[in-house]
Amino acid sequence: MFQIVKKKDLNAEVVWMDILAPAIAKKAKAGQFIIFRVDETGERVPLTIADYDREKGTVTIIFQKVGASTQKLAQKNEGDFILDFVGPLGTPSHFENVKKVAVIGGGVGCAIAYPQAKALHNAGVCVHMIAGFRNKEIVILKDEMEAVSNRFFLATDDGSTGQKGFVTDVLRSLLKQGEQYDLVVAIGPIPMMKFVSQLTKEYEIPTIVSMNPIMVDGTGMCGGCRVTVDGKVRFACVDGPDFDGHKVDFDELIRRNNFYREQETRARETGCRLLSMQPEKGE
Amino acid sequence: MPNMQMNKTPMPEQDGKVRARNFKEVALGYTADMAVEEAKRCLHCKNSPCVSGCPVNVNIPAFLAQVAEGEFEAAYQTITATNSLPAVCGRVCPQENQCEGKCVRGIKGESVGIGRIERFVADYHMQRETGVKVSRPESNGHKVAVVGSGPAGLTCAGDLAKMGYDVTIYEAFHKAGGVLVYGIPEFRLPKAIVQKEIDALTALGVHVETDMVIGRVLSVDELFTLGYEAVFIGSGAGLPRFMDIPGESLLGVYSANEFLTRINLMKAYDANYDTPVQYAKKVAVVGGGNVAMDAARCAMRLGAEEVSIIYRRSEAEMPARLEEIHHAKEEGIIFRFLTNPKSVVGDEEGKVTGIECVEMELGEPDESGRRSPIEKKGSEFVLPVDAVIMAIGTSPNPLIRSTTEGLQANRRGCLVVNEEMLTSKEGVYAGGDAVTGAATVILAMGAGKTAAASIDAYIKNKS
Repeated sequence: MFQIVKKKDLNAEVVWMDILAPAIAKKAKAGQFIIFRVDETGERVPLTIADYDREKGTVTIIFQKVGASTQKLAQKNEGDFILDFVGPLGTPSHFENVKKVAVIGGGVGCAIAYPQAKALHNAGVCVHMIAGFRNKEIVILKDEMEAVSNRFFLATDDGSTGQKGFVTDVLRSLLKQGEQYDLVVAIGPIPMMKFVSQLTKEYEIPTIVSMNPIMVDGTGMCGGCRVTVDGKVRFACVDGPDFDGHKVDFDELIRRNNFYREQETRARETGCRLLSMQPEKGE
Repeated sequence: MPNMQMNKTPMPEQDGKVRARNFKEVALGYTADMAVEEAKRCLHCKNSPCVSGCPVNVNIPAFLAQVAEGEFEAAYQTITATNSLPAVCGRVCPQENQCEGKCVRGIKGESVGIGRIERFVADYHMQRETGVKVSRPESNGHKVAVVGSGPAGLTCAGDLAKMGYDVTIYEAFHKAGGVLVYGIPEFRLPKAIVQKEIDALTALGVHVETDMVIGRVLSVDELFTLGYEAVFIGSGAGLPRFMDIPGESLLGVYSANEFLTRINLMKAYDANYDTPVQYAKKVAVVGGGNVAMDAARCAMRLGAEEVSIIYRRSEAEMPARLEEIHHAKEEGIIFRFLTNPKSVVGDEEGKVTGIECVEMELGEPDESGRRSPIEKKGSEFVLPVDAVIMAIGTSPNPLIRSTTEGLQANRRGCLVVNEEMLTSKEGVYAGGDAVTGAATVILAMGAGKTAAASIDAYIKNKS
């Protein structure tokens, strides 16, 4: 049993939770994930670790209420327990020899992009952070992200706060202005990661994306999290979740992640415009 | 006088057509009378070849004699002196290749139904909770860690606990039992029975820590710093193989591991559980082992109209237990022998619509002694299906070997051990599928048993 020691709503859809799991907190590294199961009848659901506190023994998860299991988790309160919390799983991110990095977060993906930016910032790397949201109401972690960025850009689809447009628009204009990056880290909805990767490929900037596919065990056993990278089948749970954005078959991943959509009876429409986003003409 | 009936006393089972649509146990087990009658078929021959056929050396003639006398609880004690999981072994051991394969009654007629009687004895004991209290052995003050709670780990832990060791089992899943809970389906091995076997171990003082992925949350080296004097690795062969043919990432292609785990561990067939599984109408299962049979029979129970097993060799080469093949056929599974998949085909949404196969013929025997299949040119055809389950084998998970310095593995990723089950690292023992690659429950148990004896000797010599 694992206790929820802190819970707060970041917006109507996104919840922050600190879970008491000292053994995991001790080992967790940026880029790794956990699997939770709320109760006996629950699913095993993977979530990337948003933060950890080795002294307090807590692991932070930030999640969007999209399906039955995340809804179930969101109904739990501070002091409540969940049945299972396993990790840290996956290969930690490692960024070597980088001096200047653009970190891009989309929606709830900012929860994962933020600790990456923080780790890079703390390592003395110059961080430009671009955070994209649908609108003003769902902006999360703005102050936190700003605090760890040398330059911070906020974009919303409807322009209700920050610049109007997609994160790719912001990145493109920065690149056109002559900004040069050793690396781009993009974490968010799969279409967002796809279009960021397409753009950075034009500029030949190495790009890391973080996958969150369907999986059962998270240790390499089920093979459900297959991702095609550079024409080869990889397991996101052990080979990832980070992959080279220029080599991931995003379209296949979008299809695979929607496999149980019909059965996710309680799943809610996320309403994310990025999911219906098409490549701009002339690119 | 022995019962000279040539054939085994039949065991009642659910009718094929009925059970093909439910997850209840297929075989219903002997009654006391049946068990006594069958036990009397044992001739008590001089050199007991059956015992030499048993990887954990159960004293078979002794327990059969006790059953013949109606001394069922005594028989249970005889079996559990060397076998810590009798209810499991009675159900899933390939007895035809082991004890029963060596039985002299099998020369003319059928061997004694040792497995069926073992199962009866174990169930008899469990149903009665006979009050024979398991006495917790006195602690010898030494701690041992066991990684993995499958048959190898459970056996090793049980044996060590009986010797007085303080044993902790670390399990990556949320439930103990390994392949016995995630792999083998309910209708072949009810999970309540596995749980009772595990409860028996905890009653002996074994600690079970679930949700602990060794290699991630704790390394093998760290286990030693926690005070464990030896570590047994029984982490199994959990990594599924795929065929590396086009279309394997289409929607509806599963590894048998994923399909079976969703059903057995996560209970996806039960509406009260949240984990989903696809209810396919036409299913192809690729492979010829017990796992392929399990996957095919589960697919049938989920309501499929047609389930085919696709196997590239002929029936004679099929590695699955005869009983499983027989049961699968009774349940209406179609066997397509000498057939090999070339690709999985799908529609524009990426969903599986069929599996392209080619017919095979048998050529010369290969290094395994089995005649190797050769493609028949021009015999390609597409079998329309909406799900494909790959059950072509598994390999050991690299997680532990890649995070433990000094642990040697062979080119197939299996841990290298000596006869004592000692790995290349001091104090670290291993056994089961992690060493052999995918094999049987009872072989894993045998390895766990050997390792327990070696660990005991190692710790005693050290201190």
